[in-house]
Amino acid sequence: MNGDSQFSIVLLAMLAGAIRVSTPFLFVSLGECLTEKSGRINLGLEGTLVFGAMTGYAAAYQTGSPWLGVVAAGIAGAVFGAVHGYICKLPKVNDIAVGIALMLFGTGLAFFLGKPYIQPQAPRLPSLPLGAWSDNPQLQTALQINPLFLVGLALALLMWWAFRNTRFGLIVRMTGDSAPAALAMGYSVDLVRFLATTIGGFLAGVGGAFLSLYYPGSWSEGLSSGQGLMAVALVIFARWNPLACFGAALLFGAAGALGPALQSVGVTAGYYFFNAAPYVLTLLIMIASTSPKRALKGAPGELSITK
Amino acid sequence: MIDLAVSRRNILKGGAALGALGLGSGILPLRSALAAPLTIGIVYVGPRDDFGWNQAHAVAAEALKSIPGVTVVEEENVPETDAVSKTMESMIQLDGAGLIFATSFGYFDPFMLAMAEKYPDVQFRHAAGLWTDKNPKNAGSYYGYLDQAHYVDGVAAGLATKSNKLGFVAAKPIGTVLLNINAFTLGARKANPNATVQVIFTGEWSMPVREAEAANALVDAGCDVVTCHVDSPKVVIETAESRGVKTCGHNASQAPLAPKGFITGAEYKWITIYSQFADALSKGETLPNFVRGGYDKDYVQNTAYGAGATPEAIKAADAAKADMKALKPIFVGPLKDNAGKEVIAAGTEHAPYDVWLEQTNYLVEGVVGSIT
Repeated sequence: MNGDSQFSIVLLAMLAGAIRVSTPFLFVSLGECLTEKSGRINLGLEGTLVFGAMTGYAAAYQTGSPWLGVVAAGIAGAVFGAVHGYICKLPKVNDIAVGIALMLFGTGLAFFLGKPYIQPQAPRLPSLPLGAWSDNPQLQTALQINPLFLVGLALALLMWWAFRNTRFGLIVRMTGDSAPAALAMGYSVDLVRFLATTIGGFLAGVGGAFLSLYYPGSWSEGLSSGQGLMAVALVIFARWNPLACFGAALLFGAAGALGPALQSVGVTAGYYFFNAAPYVLTLLIMIASTSPKRALKGAPGELSITK
Repeated sequence: MIDLAVSRRNILKGGAALGALGLGSGILPLRSALAAPLTIGIVYVGPRDDFGWNQAHAVAAEALKSIPGVTVVEEENVPETDAVSKTMESMIQLDGAGLIFATSFGYFDPFMLAMAEKYPDVQFRHAAGLWTDKNPKNAGSYYGYLDQAHYVDGVAAGLATKSNKLGFVAAKPIGTVLLNINAFTLGARKANPNATVQVIFTGEWSMPVREAEAANALVDAGCDVVTCHVDSPKVVIETAESRGVKTCGHNASQAPLAPKGFITGAEYKWITIYSQFADALSKGETLPNFVRGGYDKDYVQNTAYGAGATPEAIKAADAAKADMKALKPIFVGPLKDNAGKEVIAAGTEHAPYDVWLEQTNYLVEGVVGSIT
């Protein structure tokens, strides 16, 4: 193989990896984006993701329908979101502490209830062969796209548009930027945040179902390995912009594919470093995007970490 | 204290039955005519039902539970860090364990060795071939030489491939993993001198997304047979099957996961070792410090051939199994590593249980990949 074709293999693998790996990042970050826009942080989405993965796998296995699994995962996620939303509206409750508690609770409960589902094989979500026009088998495989990825893309566009152009978007943003203003306008801040957190949980649950029902496509306790947490960091990187969340999710997916792809073309030295790429990327982004002198651009004013 | 321990375990594992057992033995020690009551602690690095390494141990360890007077306490998901010391210590202090099985590679040094020195009356056994007579006498190793079964895998894979490119998803570049990669490669190249083995290290024992990415990357690079050495091979085997390539399994039987492409797989038969331990314990004997074996002692086996095995692959693999049972060495000189350096001189050979094998720190010629 010459250098050119090796380079294109790595590039193609990163594209394929971006599409395959990014969906859970995308759903969790869109959910978190909505929650944070309303002025609350839900750090528990890692737990919601893992619990959604388990619920989705279990439901798909029991019913035989992977799409029912996705719905079940979403509902389970919504329940977690609702619990977070409800507890946080009680007086003097810290949303970050509740989030961490729910993260540990969600993962623990998923491990506990998920024991019987590690071995069975649940039906997988189908994929759309969008690469059929190409005669390059690698490209064909790279473009085997799961419908959830497209749903995520559509959702990112919809949220981006809705935040700017709809009454609903305006209310969420107002609640997030200034609770007194929302109150003065006659909206219930607690209700808006409760709904935003619940919908955010729903999306994270669906992201979990993608993990267990499509890629890698099996329930195990190491399934998420921190993807839910990284997705929360990703929202800050994306400056609370749903479209940027989509781009950031793709970037993280590609970074995750870098290690294995480089080894497959024979760049074998330093794979520990390349495997750490997504985490290094998170750190670098955080360092590059923060300043002690000002709040982050685009940050909702009510957010407890930026206040 | 006992109540505390029991409720903690209950919460951790939901092992209600196990908890009741622990409680029962705490209040009314079971007595056996043959041996003093013994509590055995087993530590796993992952969940007990992971379709792989931990499951292979847990299933076999059931043999210990049937011995009268023996209580088994288990803890899953114990990382290879100071956490394992705490787990072992709590098994000894709270549950009164007199024998500990540490089933993951990284538990040995320094954690298990330190515990063995601290508690000279407790016996410690570690599932890898690491114990030497310089280590504490109340510690020891038991191990199955899976490289022999991987060699058989390699022979079958070498004849089942069309592209002559085989893929290997490996966890960490430690001796036992490298030994399996090397044995697989030597088997493949014995059956098919044109075969090469592309290896991708994930760096973790269990990392499902990266394992799936690695399997995809191997298929994209042209490999048409994929095998692995990770704790739970389920993801690798399923991903490879969905990409339409053939697979060889690892640790436990993955045949049901790949109805179209499964060739065969390297499996441990821990049950042989644990039953021998159980026999010795029930007779009141102490366990040997160093137990190891391969095909000849029935410690390892290959999964029944699947649809991916061609007739000539089956024939050659069966012959390779017979060679392994007859203790024919795999590592015979002259042998070079994949950087061209000679590792075994012409005329030298390393017998199946040579300690040299465990110190494997190279990849043989024919492997595409590097350790660092």
